Amino acid sequence: MSRTFVTACIAAALSAMLVSGPAGAGKKDDTLSIAWDQPLDIADAYFNTSREGILAARMIWDQLIERDPDTFEYRPGLATAWRWIDELTLEFDLRQGVTFHNGQPFDADDVVYTFNFVVDPANKVLNMNNVGWMKSTEKTGPYQVRIHLKAPFPAALEYVAGPMPIYPHKYYSEAGPHGMARKPIGTGPYMVESLEPGKLIVFVRNPHPWEGSPKGRPGIGKVVQRFVPEKTTQIAMLLSGDLDLMWYVPTDQVDGIAKVPGLTVSAGETMRVGYIYFDAAGRSGDSPLKDARVRRAIAYAINRAEFTRSFFGKEARVLAAPCFPTQFGCFQGAAKYDFDLTKAKALMAEAGYANGFDTELYAFRERKWVDALAGYMRAIGVRAKINPLQYPAFRDKNHAGVTPISFGDWGSYSINDASALLGNFFRGSADDFTGDKELQELVQEGDTSADKDKRTAAYQKAITRIMDQMYMLPTNSYSIYYAYKSDLDFRPFKDEIPRYYLYRWK
Amino acid sequence: MLAYAAKRLVVALLVALTVSIISFALLHLSGDLAQSMAGPSATAADVEHVRKAYGLDRPLLLQYLDWIGKALRGNLGESFFLKVPVAELIADRLPITLTLGVCALLFALTLSLPLGVLAAVRPNSWLDRLALGLSVLGQALPSFWFALILIIVFGLKLRWLPVSGDATWAHFVLPAVALGYYATPAFMRLTRAGMLEVLASDYIRTARAKGLRAPTVLFKHALRNAVIPVVAVAAVQFGFMLGGSIVIESVFSLHGVGYLGWEAISRSDFPVVQAIVLILACIYVVLTLMADMLNAVLDPRIRVR
Repeated sequence: MSRTFVTACIAAALSAMLVSGPAGAGKKDDTLSIAWDQPLDIADAYFNTSREGILAARMIWDQLIERDPDTFEYRPGLATAWRWIDELTLEFDLRQGVTFHNGQPFDADDVVYTFNFVVDPANKVLNMNNVGWMKSTEKTGPYQVRIHLKAPFPAALEYVAGPMPIYPHKYYSEAGPHGMARKPIGTGPYMVESLEPGKLIVFVRNPHPWEGSPKGRPGIGKVVQRFVPEKTTQIAMLLSGDLDLMWYVPTDQVDGIAKVPGLTVSAGETMRVGYIYFDAAGRSGDSPLKDARVRRAIAYAINRAEFTRSFFGKEARVLAAPCFPTQFGCFQGAAKYDFDLTKAKALMAEAGYANGFDTELYAFRERKWVDALAGYMRAIGVRAKINPLQYPAFRDKNHAGVTPISFGDWGSYSINDASALLGNFFRGSADDFTGDKELQELVQEGDTSADKDKRTAAYQKAITRIMDQMYMLPTNSYSIYYAYKSDLDFRPFKDEIPRYYLYRWK
Repeated sequence: MLAYAAKRLVVALLVALTVSIISFALLHLSGDLAQSMAGPSATAADVEHVRKAYGLDRPLLLQYLDWIGKALRGNLGESFFLKVPVAELIADRLPITLTLGVCALLFALTLSLPLGVLAAVRPNSWLDRLALGLSVLGQALPSFWFALILIIVFGLKLRWLPVSGDATWAHFVLPAVALGYYATPAFMRLTRAGMLEVLASDYIRTARAKGLRAPTVLFKHALRNAVIPVVAVAAVQFGFMLGGSIVIESVFSLHGVGYLGWEAISRSDFPVVQAIVLILACIYVVLTLMADMLNAVLDPRIRVR
C-alpha cells in the first residue's frame, strides 16, 4: 500500500515541478551517475547469483565469446575461434596480446584456472547452474583450450558468451574470491576504481583496452553506480540532477518525467517473460485447477492485450509461448488464447464449475498487476485470494508446492535459449507444477540433444503440450522504462543488460 | 547502586541472548538461506551443493552454537552474500545509523523542549494549542510520507539539501528531521506535563517569592525536575531510532545498520542479522542503564533510594 501511496505522492509532486529541469551535469565531468534498486553484493561473478552481478561482470571482465546485443549472434571475444570437437568437447583458440587491468598477460592458463576453479565443489561457487555443465577444462596450447562437458549441453555457448568471465589466474590464485570481490581485476572495458559492497561501485575506463574487443572503447570515462533502494528517491535524484540514468521507471511516473525539460524517457522490450503457472499436478492439494478445461477457461478470461498495454507500455507484447521469441526453440505456433469471456464461462460450466471456486494466487510483483489478474479471474467465478510476497518467500512457497496459482516472471539470465526457461519449469524440478512425465522427457531432450533439429522438434512438441494443456499462461514480455538526461546517448537491450561501454555523451 | 547496576546488566545480557536465539529461529523458519544463495534458477542439486558447502545442512542448534561461540570470542562471522566480515560491515554502517539517531534525537529535543515549556507556561493558550497540534501531527504523519514531503520541498523545489547519500553533514539534515519529528510529540507532552506539575509545586512558589527572575525559576529550578522523565524516554526513543530507522534509511538511501538488517532479513543472511540484533540489543541495554544513571544525577532522591 505504502509504495502505491508514495508513487501517487510523487506523481502529484512531479506535476508541480515540470517547470524546473534537472541541475548538475554528468557530461561536464564525464561521469555517468546511475542508481540500482538492488545492491551489488559481491563483484566476483561466480559468487553472485543476482542480475546485478551479471551486469557488473560485463563491464569488468570479458568472455571467450561475445553475443551481439542486437542480433544475438556470437562474435569473437577473448577467443578468436571456437568449434565443437564432439558433443562433449568444445575447443577455443584464444586471442593474443590481451592484458588484464593489472598488466598480467592473458593466455590459456587463465581460462583453464578460472573454469577448473569454478567447477570444483571445494571452492563453493554459488552459480553452479551456470557452470555445472562443465567437467573440466584442458590446456591444449598456450592459446588454445578445450572444455570437456559432463553431458551433451547444446546451450553451452550461450553460457560461455554470458555469465562466464575469465579471471587472471595468478591474481585469482593469490587473492581468491575474497580478493577478487574487493578488488576485481579483468580485461573488460571498465576497471573498478572503488567498491563498497552493497553500497557503491565506481568504474573507470580501462586505459589499455585490447585491440579488437567487441565491446570497444567506452565512450564515458567514469560510471558511478549507487544502490538506492527506493524508486521515489531515484526519481527525486534524477530531478535534482544527482542522477543521469535510472531504469525500471514505474509506468505511472513515465508521463510526468517525460515532461521534465532535459530528461528523456524511453522504453525497451526485454527477454523477461511474465507467466501464470497453474498447479495442474495438484501439489497444493486437490483443486479444480487439475482440470485442463478450468485452466483454459482462466487463460481465455484474462485479457492479456489489455493487461500488457495498461501496465507494460507499447514496447511489451503478448506472448504466444512460455519463452521469449528470440530464444532458440521458442515455438510460436501453439494454441492461442485470445480473450474470450463467453468461451471461458462455457469451459467453466463444462468442467462443472459454473458457480466458480475459491483459490489462491501467489505473486511477488506489483500489487496492481495482480489485482488486475485476479479481477479477470473473478469475471468467470474464480475467486483468487491474493498472497503478495517478497521474491524469496514466493520462490520458497513454489518450491514447497503450496501455490495453486502463481504469477511471476523469468528473465532466463539473459540466455537466448528456451532451455533457460523450459528447463527450469518443466523438467521435474521443485518449480515443476505439471507432473507431466512426457513433457519432462521432451524438455529433457530439447535441453540436452546435440542435434539442432532434434532440439527444435522436441521444444515444439513441449510448447504445444504446455499451451494445449494450459500448464502455464505466458502473459507478456516486459518492457523497461528508462529515464535519463537528454544529453546521454542511450539505448536499451533486449537481454536486460545495460552496457555502459556503449553509451556516449551527445 | 553498583550491585543494582550489575544485576540489571546480567538480566539485560540474558535478554539479548534470548532475543538472539529467537531471531535465529525465526529467520530459519522464514526462508531457506541455501536457496537464496544459490539463486532463483538453481536446481535442487545446486541448492543442496550450496547447503552442504556452507555447512547449512548441520542441525540448527549446532549452527547457532557455532555462531555464538565465535561471537563470544569476538568473531561475528562473515556475510553469506557480501563475503565481508560482519564486524567490518557493522563498523562501516553503524556510524551512519548512530549519526542519524543522534541528529534526530537532537532535533526532537531542540524542538520539543522549548515547545513543551512554552505550552506549560501558557496553558490552554493559542501557543499551547499550536504545540499540541504539532504534536498530533508528528504522531499522525507516516514517516515515509513526511520524508517525501521534505525531499520534494527542500531537495527538489528549493534545492537546499541533498536527497540521498551520507557524504556530508548536509545529507543527514532531512533524514534527521524526518526521523526526529516522530519522537517530538512524546517529548513535548512529557515536558509540558512535567512543567505543569513542577510549576504548581511549593518550591517554585518559594523561588518566585524570593524574587528570582522568571527565566531562572523556569529553566534552573523547574525544567531540571520536569525533564527527568524526558531523559528516560529519550534513551528509549534513541534505541527505537537506531532499530527503527529502516524506512528513513531506505528513503534517503543511507546505508546504515537498519537497512543492512532489513536486507539481511529478506535474504536470511543470519550472521548479519544475528550480529545486528545482538549489537542493537546491547546498545539498548546500555542506553537504558545510562538513562537510569543520568536520572540519578539529575534527581538526588533516586540515588538515595
